Amino acid sequence: MAFIEVTGVAKTFVTSGGSSREVLSDVSLSVERGEFVSILGTMGCGKSTLLKIVAGLIAPDAGRVTIDGEVVRGVRPSAAIVFQNYSLLPWFSALENVRLAVGAAFPDWPRDRQRQQAVQHLESVGLGHAVDRRPGQLSGGMRQRVAIARAFAIEPELLFLDEPFGALDALTRDSLQQELARLCSVAGRPITTLMITNSVEEALLLSDRILPMTAGPRATLGAAVAVELAKPRSASELLHDDHAAGVRACVIATLTEDLARSRSVTRRGLQQAGSVRLTDAPAVKPTLAAEGEG
Amino acid sequence: MKRLLNLLLPLIGVLFALIVWWAASTMVTDLPSPMRTWEESKIYILKPLEKRGEMDQGIALLAFYSLMRVARGFLLGIAIATPLGFLLGMSKTLTRIFDPIMQVLRPISPLAWLPLGLIIFQKSEPAALFAIAVCSMWPTVINTMAGVRAIPQDYWNVAKVLRLSPVTTFAKVVVPATLPYMFTGFRLSLGIAWLVIVASEMLTGTPGVGGFLWQEYNSLIYAHILLAILTIGVVGFVLDRLMGLAEARLRAL
Repeated sequence: MAFIEVTGVAKTFVTSGGSSREVLSDVSLSVERGEFVSILGTMGCGKSTLLKIVAGLIAPDAGRVTIDGEVVRGVRPSAAIVFQNYSLLPWFSALENVRLAVGAAFPDWPRDRQRQQAVQHLESVGLGHAVDRRPGQLSGGMRQRVAIARAFAIEPELLFLDEPFGALDALTRDSLQQELARLCSVAGRPITTLMITNSVEEALLLSDRILPMTAGPRATLGAAVAVELAKPRSASELLHDDHAAGVRACVIATLTEDLARSRSVTRRGLQQAGSVRLTDAPAVKPTLAAEGEG
Repeated sequence: MKRLLNLLLPLIGVLFALIVWWAASTMVTDLPSPMRTWEESKIYILKPLEKRGEMDQGIALLAFYSLMRVARGFLLGIAIATPLGFLLGMSKTLTRIFDPIMQVLRPISPLAWLPLGLIIFQKSEPAALFAIAVCSMWPTVINTMAGVRAIPQDYWNVAKVLRLSPVTTFAKVVVPATLPYMFTGFRLSLGIAWLVIVASEMLTGTPGVGGFLWQEYNSLIYAHILLAILTIGVVGFVLDRLMGLAEARLRAL
């Protein structure tokens, strides 16, 4: 049994007007321990809802989620989540924001050690000079660095990233992606990561496997695509790599296929999840790939 | 130039009010003119801390008594109102239980509460505090409640993700997020408390600006009524400004 097992998860939101919208229907996926998996989809396809269900922030209407064999009810102690909008508390300094997390994760530690842990993780994302600043005094990129430091400071074994770099400009995003890859590699223990993103390049850069998600409502996952490239990867290297091009083409093909076809692929794909060969990927012209990224 | 205007324009307003006052005093025989009011009440203003009798005291002393009473009533009021606001803000069920009671109690005038306070407590001082507390608590209840409801889902998510204990969530997330709303409530509550003090002092005859006003009316010294009215206005204005400053500092955080 995989570390994270999601089986037949469905979620319907009922609006205040009484109408209901089925966001997810029959979604299944599995993530092995230490694996970095990205769920890639267009905006509003329900991928964020899926992440919140897996992380334990909201409960599914049907199906179930298990992590390490246990059914998920609420956020696990060993899990950290990074949101797109940083979710820092504006009345606390960067240090206090991180310390709050450390204090909750390691209540037995003496205050000095908690503080030290927080400072150390802020330094590791290059914010040693800004520990006393409040989120309002930090740029978007710096805020997300604080959020990442907060996530790593609790020494998580599970990391959920909900479009972590979606609100940042392209340059900041590049450097933070690298930073995140570095932090994952130096953590000294396997961190299982589930990331939500709408950027193919971001998924390529960081993931072991990419799960394309069809557009909602009634979103389901397409066939998983493995990224068999050594880490750490660099964006420029990926631009010219044949394997990366294959993955890109395969993922975009899945996302642009019509709903009916992607459904049937999903069923086939799930049976052999993780083992889809890239050579099977339909050939897609480079121009289409460029459009799909936008 | 702009500074000069900032000073000059309000002065024009004051002057205009004085002229209206003076004009009214020429038509109403018992209404003292601004000059006569000043002549008859300058002893209270120039010797603001002098105590000549129970009610015959400098205006600062009288205002001080009233302020102390207001402070106690107001603190009592917000001590009840703030926790109540948090409870109602966090529980929709509690809101539905208490909302009808609140809506009925809220519009009741201090003049109606005071006799009830006298019946319950048998003494004028606690009755006055009771009336102040009961009347002034509602804006704090309602604003605190609204503040808790307005906490963004993001902050609740932070509490969930960090697995903060209920106590920590309350202290580090709910209270700081609600603080600006609470302070708006405090400010409105204090304004009401100051309105109530005059009424309660008039009815109970206790020393203070309101008590003084009522006694001077009974003694037919009408100039002193105007003095008391102006004092009430000025003190109320200063209180509101102070609370406004505190609120602004809080929001700037």
